[in-house]
Amino acid sequence: MSKFQFPQSIKSRPVYGTLEPREGSAHLFIADAHGAEAILDVATTSLMAKAHIIYIPKGEAFEDDLRALNAASFYAGPSYAAAEQRIHKALADAKMGLQVYLAGTEGVMGQAQNAAMQAGIPHTAIQTEHRGSTARRMQCVHCKGITEDVETDPFQCAHCGLHLFVRDHYSRRLAAYQGVRIDAEDHGNVPEPKGIYE
Amino acid sequence: MTIQFNDETFRDDYSFYNSERAIKRFPFPFHEDSYMYSVNMEQHRGGPVDSVYEKRFDVDEHYVSEMRDREMVLADDPLRCQSLPHMTLAGWDLLELIMVSKSEDYPDLFELHRDGNNWRWVNKPLGIDDSFVFLDETTLPYGPMEYITRQAQGDFCVLDQRDDNLWMDAGMVTTQADWSLDFDIGMNFFEWHAPVPLAHEKGIFVRALKFLLNIQQGAPARRLNWTMTVNPLLDTSPENYHKWGIQKTTLTPENLGAKQHLRVELQTFFRLPRSNALVFPIRCYLCSFQDLMTVPKWGRRLHRVIRDLPEELATYKGFIDNRPMMLDYLSKFDDGLPTSDGIWPDFETEPALQT
Repeated sequence: MSKFQFPQSIKSRPVYGTLEPREGSAHLFIADAHGAEAILDVATTSLMAKAHIIYIPKGEAFEDDLRALNAASFYAGPSYAAAEQRIHKALADAKMGLQVYLAGTEGVMGQAQNAAMQAGIPHTAIQTEHRGSTARRMQCVHCKGITEDVETDPFQCAHCGLHLFVRDHYSRRLAAYQGVRIDAEDHGNVPEPKGIYE
Repeated sequence: MTIQFNDETFRDDYSFYNSERAIKRFPFPFHEDSYMYSVNMEQHRGGPVDSVYEKRFDVDEHYVSEMRDREMVLADDPLRCQSLPHMTLAGWDLLELIMVSKSEDYPDLFELHRDGNNWRWVNKPLGIDDSFVFLDETTLPYGPMEYITRQAQGDFCVLDQRDDNLWMDAGMVTTQADWSLDFDIGMNFFEWHAPVPLAHEKGIFVRALKFLLNIQQGAPARRLNWTMTVNPLLDTSPENYHKWGIQKTTLTPENLGAKQHLRVELQTFFRLPRSNALVFPIRCYLCSFQDLMTVPKWGRRLHRVIRDLPEELATYKGFIDNRPMMLDYLSKFDDGLPTSDGIWPDFETEPALQT
């Protein structure tokens, strides 16, 4: 799958790179869906010997390929929430020199980055590579509810039902973009939703 | 000088008002007949007698009512006040700065008695008399930043300084021009300013950051910023935008003079001694158009500024739809005469409106 080129945006919007192998005492890979391809691209035998891969397939067929890399530890689970405790433990148990690699959708990379930051790893030390869906994890600024995998602008808040404008303003701490009521100054005037990058 | 505190509201029936004195000392933000972003910093070392620049933390007739409004906002949404764990020391620094400044600048209103770390703080307007141990959180009803900013007008952002950047790591934000502390907490200087149009391209933030990183203890700085608010609503938060946004559509040519307010922020910047953090108070002043028009120079100038403001700025500041109606109103106060330089009203030298 080819990589999506995100348009130029404001300075709070995350910028993603390409994973590259780094020297480290251990390597933690967290990915979802097509993020598996980024791991497959970067994997080497020596890297995998000290690697822990946490993967959320989301219906994509990369699990067997990833397993075949023979990482020191491998887990595939149904959702980020399911993997979360394992991620926290991996970070809590980490020694100096751990390298963190995140790949896949913005939602999973953002949440995993947040977990790593809480464990004391500066966000600038974490590698990220976007692959697959460009859907966003959105926070409704009004009810604070999170809506996962938002693909259109505007979208309807899954919690309070307001129609929200999709901003590029992004919070690492919340691992979410900000959604703001689009018809606040003209109730009921909600434009037809279209793809965020259309 | 004794201050007569107004009993007023900033919501619902909006009984907020400015006395004649408050209008005269209003920090009119335009020093010339046009406006564009700039790093308009100057030293915060006092100013003309009775101006908002005179004291380190200006206390005015709205003090008691503003603090009541803050209490209501916090009861509805405690996330308006947050402090990341490493910011507690900066909170004590801020508490000290405000208590020392206010007790020195307004001895008739505030008293601070210090015996080592045993402090007693008396706030007469709010009826507070608390004894506590400085640097011991268990002796105050709130964390130090929250305790003192529940007693100080304006929002407070407490910025940690590291990696040659400033980080929004603590704050008390209830009178904001449409930004969310809960969303922005933990962001660096460029990130929390990300949504501002034009200024990044002009290099404003790079220069402003350089300036701010070098602010020294005892040498605070200040600048003015502004926007527009319909009704004297202090809490123009994104959290509540779904409720207050519609108020912008209630303007009519008849009520505009009373309802449309120029919202000015007096932003000051103080280095804090123990934490090396920077505190960034953002003090909000509101003035209705009809009150502003009592100053002939401001009437002429406001019309010209609003008329010539680039569209991106009028959009970002949220009044692009109301601009034509605002201009219809303001044009009646612009007779085309030249205006004097600077922000002050210059009553003695500026001519009355020519009709």
